[in-house]
Amino acid sequence: MTESLMINIAIAVLFLPLLGFVVTLLLGSKVKQIYLFENIILIFSLIGAIILAFFKLSSFDNTITAEFVWIDLGNTPLMGDIKITLGIILDNISVLMIVVVMLISSLVHIFSIEYMRGDPRYNRYFAYLGLFTFSMSGIVFTHNILMMYIFWELVGVSSYLLIGFWFEKKSASDAAKKAFIVNRIGDIGMFIGILILYTTYHTFTLEEIFSQISQGVLPFNNDAWLTIAGILLFAGAIGKSAQVPLHVWLPDAMEGPTPVSALIHAATMVAAGVYLVVRIFGIFTADAMLFIAFIGALSALIPATIALTQNDIKRVLAYSTVSQLGYMIMALGVGAYAFAFFHLITHAFFKACLFLGSGSVIHGMHHEQDIRNMGGLKNKMPLTYYTFLISSLAISGVPLTSGFLSKDGILAGSFAFANLTGHWLFPLVGFFVAMLTAFYMFRLVLLTFHGEPKDREKYEHVHESKFIMTIPLVILAVLSFFFWYTPNPIDPGKGWVLSEWITAPELYTPENTRYEFMIPDEVVAVDSKVMFSKMYDEAMHTAHYPAMILSLIMAGAGILLAFMFYYWNKVNVSELVEKYKKLYNWSMNKWYFDEFYDKTFVAGTLALSRFLGKFDLKIIDGIVDGSAYITKGFSFFIGKFDNVVIDGLVNFFAYLSGFIGLIFRRFQTGRVQTYLVFVLVSLVILLFIFKSF
Amino acid sequence: MDFPILTFLTFLPILGMVIIMAMRKEQVTAIKSLTLVITGIQVLLAIILLANYDSSLGGVYEQASFQFVEKFRWIDIDNFSWIGKIKVDYFLGVDGISVPLVLLTTIVTFVAAISSWTISSSIKGYFSLFLLLDTGMMGVFVSLDFFLFFIFWELMLLPMYFLIGIWGGPRREYAAIKFFLYTLLGSIFLLIVMIGLYFSTQETIDGTKTFTFNLLAMMNADNFTSDGILSPLNPNNLRMIAYIALFAGFAIKIPMFPFHTWLPDAHVEAPTPISVILAGILLKMGTYAILRISFPVFPEITKQLVWYIALFGMVNIIYGAFCAMAQRDFKKLIAYSSVSHMGYVLLGMAALNTMGISGAIFQMFNHGIITSALFIIVGVIYDRTHTRMLDDFGGLGVKMPVYTGFVTVAFFAAIGLPGLNGFISEAFVFLGAFGVSLIRLITVISTLGILLGAGYMLWTLQRVYLGKLNEKWADLKDLDLREYAMFVPLSIIMIFFGVYPAPMLNLMNSSVNTMVQFLDEVRVFYTSLGSF
Repeated sequence: MTESLMINIAIAVLFLPLLGFVVTLLLGSKVKQIYLFENIILIFSLIGAIILAFFKLSSFDNTITAEFVWIDLGNTPLMGDIKITLGIILDNISVLMIVVVMLISSLVHIFSIEYMRGDPRYNRYFAYLGLFTFSMSGIVFTHNILMMYIFWELVGVSSYLLIGFWFEKKSASDAAKKAFIVNRIGDIGMFIGILILYTTYHTFTLEEIFSQISQGVLPFNNDAWLTIAGILLFAGAIGKSAQVPLHVWLPDAMEGPTPVSALIHAATMVAAGVYLVVRIFGIFTADAMLFIAFIGALSALIPATIALTQNDIKRVLAYSTVSQLGYMIMALGVGAYAFAFFHLITHAFFKACLFLGSGSVIHGMHHEQDIRNMGGLKNKMPLTYYTFLISSLAISGVPLTSGFLSKDGILAGSFAFANLTGHWLFPLVGFFVAMLTAFYMFRLVLLTFHGEPKDREKYEHVHESKFIMTIPLVILAVLSFFFWYTPNPIDPGKGWVLSEWITAPELYTPENTRYEFMIPDEVVAVDSKVMFSKMYDEAMHTAHYPAMILSLIMAGAGILLAFMFYYWNKVNVSELVEKYKKLYNWSMNKWYFDEFYDKTFVAGTLALSRFLGKFDLKIIDGIVDGSAYITKGFSFFIGKFDNVVIDGLVNFFAYLSGFIGLIFRRFQTGRVQTYLVFVLVSLVILLFIFKSF
Repeated sequence: MDFPILTFLTFLPILGMVIIMAMRKEQVTAIKSLTLVITGIQVLLAIILLANYDSSLGGVYEQASFQFVEKFRWIDIDNFSWIGKIKVDYFLGVDGISVPLVLLTTIVTFVAAISSWTISSSIKGYFSLFLLLDTGMMGVFVSLDFFLFFIFWELMLLPMYFLIGIWGGPRREYAAIKFFLYTLLGSIFLLIVMIGLYFSTQETIDGTKTFTFNLLAMMNADNFTSDGILSPLNPNNLRMIAYIALFAGFAIKIPMFPFHTWLPDAHVEAPTPISVILAGILLKMGTYAILRISFPVFPEITKQLVWYIALFGMVNIIYGAFCAMAQRDFKKLIAYSSVSHMGYVLLGMAALNTMGISGAIFQMFNHGIITSALFIIVGVIYDRTHTRMLDDFGGLGVKMPVYTGFVTVAFFAAIGLPGLNGFISEAFVFLGAFGVSLIRLITVISTLGILLGAGYMLWTLQRVYLGKLNEKWADLKDLDLREYAMFVPLSIIMIFFGVYPAPMLNLMNSSVNTMVQFLDEVRVFYTSLGSF
């Protein structure tokens, strides 16, 4: 396996889904079976991705990049060389990520074959899936920030198409529009960040930017601007990874078909933000990291409290996704880089499994999404139930699952961070959310699958989904066990993912802008690949077991509470709700984020636009019309003046000359002698006049 | 170059017009086909021009590096009472700044000719005027003599006035007169400055110094008379006032806030193909003329006022977007979106660097293509439903899937989606403008346009094409062959330059660099004269 072959495979993996999109879209209305083409192509892409990952991880220690010049304006007078290259990077991060993306995308494709059957735009659905997969792969492979932005936006548009797939529903087209626009808010931040980077470094290639930063070249020669640039770039991640305060689009995006939610809103699109932060981790200063950690903590906490009370099975999962992404972002902010990426992978599998499981339930219940109408489905849908249960255990962080490994790492990381810097907020939020997660997930499991069926009639018609839908569930559930990632079920650090594949990130920021523990010392270089410094290593070590025990207690407490509430009925839920009505409503109404945004930003924008529209029509155009009116009035006046005064004057003179003529006519006698007398008299007068000079 | 390709490009439509006038009224199809053929030949000529164009030459200020130059003495009077000699050249030529616009003009005119197929009254008159308009537009982009430029500039006005005033909508007369008077006001400014420059510039012809309208001569500091009213050598010159007057004249055409209100009216009343030409080509004349005349003739003033130009760009972007959002008439909304998008051109030009100016020129081209598609989109449903009110529609995506597909492409191109052409030019404008510290803040505020653009475009998409089908339109037909013929080429161009913008950027690159360098150097020289 040579590097150039690897690159070629990567290019094929990237562009095959695009081919699938184009072919499926163009032939969609003519060839009924064309969706199979898209599916087969995806399988090829998956195989390519697995080959890439296998060979990259086994036989290449170096990072493989390939680039081509996209735009080359040569040497220009004021801006120097302008050369924009696009290219792909194959390192451990990108090949692992592409396997995750392709695997989940293929499973979603296969699941959708049955789930979407009978839809009038069946083929178009698969075309959009292809476009989405292409865009997402672009984000994964890119080695430069411009291409990141390009594919970032393409992901935005393909998610717009997928969320609004059933566009006849107003709610679906609203949700699609909201997703795109809210994402764009973050994207503007990202774009300004890119402008700062380009203006400073004259390149979009991340590697070159990194090397210039490590040589001490800073935006506007000021490390505060490096912090600002980092935060602006992170704004893109806030949008795409649905972090507070831009998280509002994700729950609404559940209007899309459920497999789409599994693909976009669990494993890929929303993971893009985390992936971006992972990619550019080395440029974040301590201040930027603290900001990131705060956003992450808020996003872990707020949606978790919302998920407690939601009744739509997909919405619970949506809020849980935001919360888990908050975990990852917080982990990156506190420096637990490897665990954040690890959690990205594990979460992708179990959350996709949960979403597809909910899809299976919704399919089986004939489009019922309200968990208050479910119950007892365990017996009717055993495969869906067990896979759902395994994934719920994983997300709750129960031992032997993948989620336990990655979540435990994040909690330990925040613990260590607090120990080193004194920011105890992060571990507090982390552990508290761990309990909330376990609680709302088991509330979901218990209400959906256990207990008595609430709606007998629907229950009678429930059936387990077909093989083609359950097989993806089984695959994803199996991937939620620990043994794929490490041989030791309680210590991920010993496994291949963390000790071999994901190593400590390189940092490029000036040392005076970093946390003390992120300044490397000599011991670390040989000893541990995961850690930044000896100091950090020790802190992690100390944090490991306490964090694990505490997280087990929290998860156990959450599950226990859920059982007490919804299984053993030890607690009367409705009484509790009555007692804490205000709190309940606060959670039920999602902290009133949407209402607040609607009343302020949306209404404000619309009011301003209406005002400016009126202003334009009445004032600006009014001035134009007004000046025309005045000109017209003036010209009317002039016309009158002309008619009466000027023409009157002319007429007057005409009259006058007529009158004078009348007088002088008397002299016109017609006799020559009289004229002669006149001439002579005149001559004498003239002579007399001239003589006097 | 032996074959006078620019003359052919410019005057071929006149030939067509003469033939049409000789034809009988009843030969409807023949008249339409002839127009189509003429505009088609123009596209071919433009492609031949491109194939023979050497993109390494700069142009801008020196005749030697202009291409396909044609220069003849046109008016030659030796003893004109108190002026002396009057010599006006027929002087055509192109460089990297005009070539993209020549190409754009041929493409948009061709598409507009296809779109004109639905015109049903006074065919003969319509197509005669259409071709006359074509000549006027092409002439503006290839003239290098101010007098000639002015003639072409004025030449467009007349056919445009009648095309809106006769074949337009219910308020056509109001709109036509408004358009005519407003642009004529601009022309007066243009005329005054032109005469001022004439008496300030002397070119050496046959060994004697002669006043000249030659634009390139006006860019050469050696040619200014010492006492000309617009000469930088004259310490009491009026160059600042002249610049502002000239800029206002061009700004009306762009149209720049607050001179933009003729545009929505003209667009709403004009028939679809005329809207296409108006937005696709005419608006570019303002920004093109600023680049071709204002910038290199007044480099030192340009540098002084660059902040204001950027500011007006920002106002256009944001104000236009807000106004677009408030509209309920589909066509008016698109008209205001043009105001917003032309703001990017102003912002990019104000950067006075390679990325900014390349972005501005590219944005002119891209906006021409995109907005043509947008107006055709409105035309397609107006032809079928005879309404343009956004609230009358809904759910058209169900009945007209192919059409909605093209709509999606064009809308997302307008939003600046990467992979479609609008993105590259907007990104270049922002990259260029952000690099200039003077206008950095303006640039950052202008990025709001990206968000607002997405807002009003997607809202429109939703109101017209998504949602439940309005039962009134249950029997709408999807696109016919003629409509395909308009959408397919435009969409291909949008995608092609979105994926592979290098050819267009390389085409203009050396001219843009020449311009940037020239502005920078001459400005320094003028400043050293202490002339302001």
